[in-house]
Amino acid sequence: MIPAGDGQQTGDGGTGGSLGRRAIDAARETMERGGRLSSEAALELLGCHDLPALGALADGARWKLWPEPVVTYVIGRNLNYTNVCWVRCKFCAFYRPPGDERGYTLSRDELAAKIQELVDLGGREVLFQGGLNPALKLDWYLDTFRWIKSSWDVHLHALSPAEILYLAHISSLPLERCLGMLRDAGLDTVPGAGGEILVDRVRAILAPGKDMSGEWIDFMRTCHRMGIRTSSTMMYGSVETPAERVEHLDRLRRLQDETGGFNSFIPWSFQPDLTEMPGTPRASAFDYLRTLAVARLYLDNIRSIQASWVTQGAKIAQVSLRFGVNDFGSSVIEENVVSAAGGTHRMDIEEMERLIRDAGFTPMLRDTNYRILGPYRRPARPALPAAAAMAADAPARSRAPGLASPVN
Amino acid sequence: MQAAMARAGLEDIQRKVLEGQRLSGDDGLRLYACPDLNVLGHLANTVRERRHGDVCWYVRNQHINYTNVCNKDCKFCAFYVRPGDPAGYTLSVEDVRRRVEEQIHEPITEVHMVAGINPRLPYEYYLDIIRAVKSVRPEVMVKAYTMIEIAEIVRVARKPLEQVWADLKEAGLGSLPGGGAEVLSDRVHDALFRLKQTPAEWLDMARSAHRAGLRSNATMLYGHVETPAERVEHFLKLREVQDETGGFLTFIPLAFHPENTEMPEHPPTTGIDDLKQIAIARLMLDNFEHVKSFWIMVSPAISQTSLWYGADDIDGTIIREEITHAAGARTPQALTRTELVGLIREAGRRPVERDALYRPVARQVAA
Repeated sequence: MIPAGDGQQTGDGGTGGSLGRRAIDAARETMERGGRLSSEAALELLGCHDLPALGALADGARWKLWPEPVVTYVIGRNLNYTNVCWVRCKFCAFYRPPGDERGYTLSRDELAAKIQELVDLGGREVLFQGGLNPALKLDWYLDTFRWIKSSWDVHLHALSPAEILYLAHISSLPLERCLGMLRDAGLDTVPGAGGEILVDRVRAILAPGKDMSGEWIDFMRTCHRMGIRTSSTMMYGSVETPAERVEHLDRLRRLQDETGGFNSFIPWSFQPDLTEMPGTPRASAFDYLRTLAVARLYLDNIRSIQASWVTQGAKIAQVSLRFGVNDFGSSVIEENVVSAAGGTHRMDIEEMERLIRDAGFTPMLRDTNYRILGPYRRPARPALPAAAAMAADAPARSRAPGLASPVN
Repeated sequence: MQAAMARAGLEDIQRKVLEGQRLSGDDGLRLYACPDLNVLGHLANTVRERRHGDVCWYVRNQHINYTNVCNKDCKFCAFYVRPGDPAGYTLSVEDVRRRVEEQIHEPITEVHMVAGINPRLPYEYYLDIIRAVKSVRPEVMVKAYTMIEIAEIVRVARKPLEQVWADLKEAGLGSLPGGGAEVLSDRVHDALFRLKQTPAEWLDMARSAHRAGLRSNATMLYGHVETPAERVEHFLKLREVQDETGGFLTFIPLAFHPENTEMPEHPPTTGIDDLKQIAIARLMLDNFEHVKSFWIMVSPAISQTSLWYGADDIDGTIIREEITHAAGARTPQALTRTELVGLIREAGRRPVERDALYRPVARQVAA
């Protein structure tokens, strides 16, 4: 006998309810005839609960795009060159306003030590991101980029739309010109940070000081037209509706149809702790997996989808490999904030490879443009410390400042 | 899903599942070898919904780990200290009473008591702490003592097992938890917990409990040295006893937590293994009514997800769990009812509060 539940009914139980099953069947038919998921269909899928069915659909779409049983990752390093930022996004726990004594900007010596360490460990991707720091002018960036590129063979995955738009603004330069100067100085690709939700209603609540959705899209279009590839992101789980999530995906898909310049899509959930919105409930694992599956089905023109183990923890990040994810992101090398003197570091390559293998895939290194480089081989020097396990369950939110912006 | 089922080569197993046929040990091995989590989830969910529809059971309970002193030296345990160790503690009967009184405002229906094997404790102690709980809260069900503890209780009782069951029931014991089974394999037993009952002894003790009219749970501590074949063996042994007695209520896979144990180099279980373990348990244990995902062990995130991979029970708003947290669990030590019910509803399941015997708890719930 099945008893009545307490409180309200969910209204869509069992196998996902007849509505849920219809949506899944319809999506399957669409996929089978090579059609494209409509916004309406995506919205219906976001209301389905049958996780194995959603996962299987997304997994099917993943195999079409990636026929080999391979999951990629990149060895990279977050260089959060400054935490000073005047924008004051409500969802951010990383920034310090100008004048705050906890603000910092990394010196060249500090940058050099971090990059050298990355290179010593066999990594090439430098994720160079910070804040909108009024003290740093365009020349600082151009000099820094030139110096980095002339000193090391690394890939500069640098800045974000907000940072570059700000630089163009304070330099009184058109965006194309500013981007061109940065590119000539060494910028290779631009992370799709700050995508949040590309709906102005949502952006006006979350980050009234930042670019609106049209500006973000225009920025990406400009990059892509100039041959600068970017990633795309979504920060869901704050104040947006399911329809606004779909609208976000739709704007990305339309731009990708036009330019083909997005390398990847990386969704992650809003992290309410330590922000100005601490009362917001944390989006659940269920929500993550379902959103991921719908994104994989909807974004048929973006080849790579990346897991967010920083926000979801290692366990759900691994499960996401069966929900459309083909890339495990960056094995971040962190500073050990505890032992400042010894400069000990940890890297998660071994753990990442274990999780990928355990899920039934072969781990492969890739570059920032998602080209597969081959299996990871340890460089001869220096000796690596034992891989430390990632937090098994809690998202690795509050570790080092380097992780505060989980952006690839 | 059918395409994925065919790719995974599990269509014959799917047919068996749909027809309600029993899966063989070989089937179990094939399920473990299948990397497609969603195929396994789909199969397990078929069984889960057949038994429970969209219901997800939860309980409000209090855990009391009455002693951490233990003479069994299990390699996978971070909780115990040896007899004589200054870090050892044993709650007095009065302490147990006070623990229950401290939570008197909590609307719990179950007190869960398990602990180490402290050879100094006399027979009366085991009866008295049950009585202490019942004296404060006569209405709650006391679920206490793994089969390992029962063996110790019989030893100090110097009485026949049947008499011990009668005494425990008279003191107020309502049911038994499922711990101590670890992996029902002689090889793993000898490697990791050789001072405890053998698998055969554990199963005999469970049989005896069931014959005495007590329901019990069954667990499996997975994710250390055991092989898939040994996991399957574990299921087959439990299934056989359950055919005989029908006394098991719930199967609960327990993820091994390596920190602070003698096997710290062992990696923690993965999310996919946690979900596979739930799904394959649901498929193999066709005569068990319930499969529980214990969020303390695997994280609330995996437990929520598991509601579509075979689990119908998510345990509950546990108060003060200590054993897994000694092994480095980073999960919270309690979830509020609102949080728990929110996770269940968001997954499209219908939360039903239960007591220790899965009777729905009728309560005037404030909206």
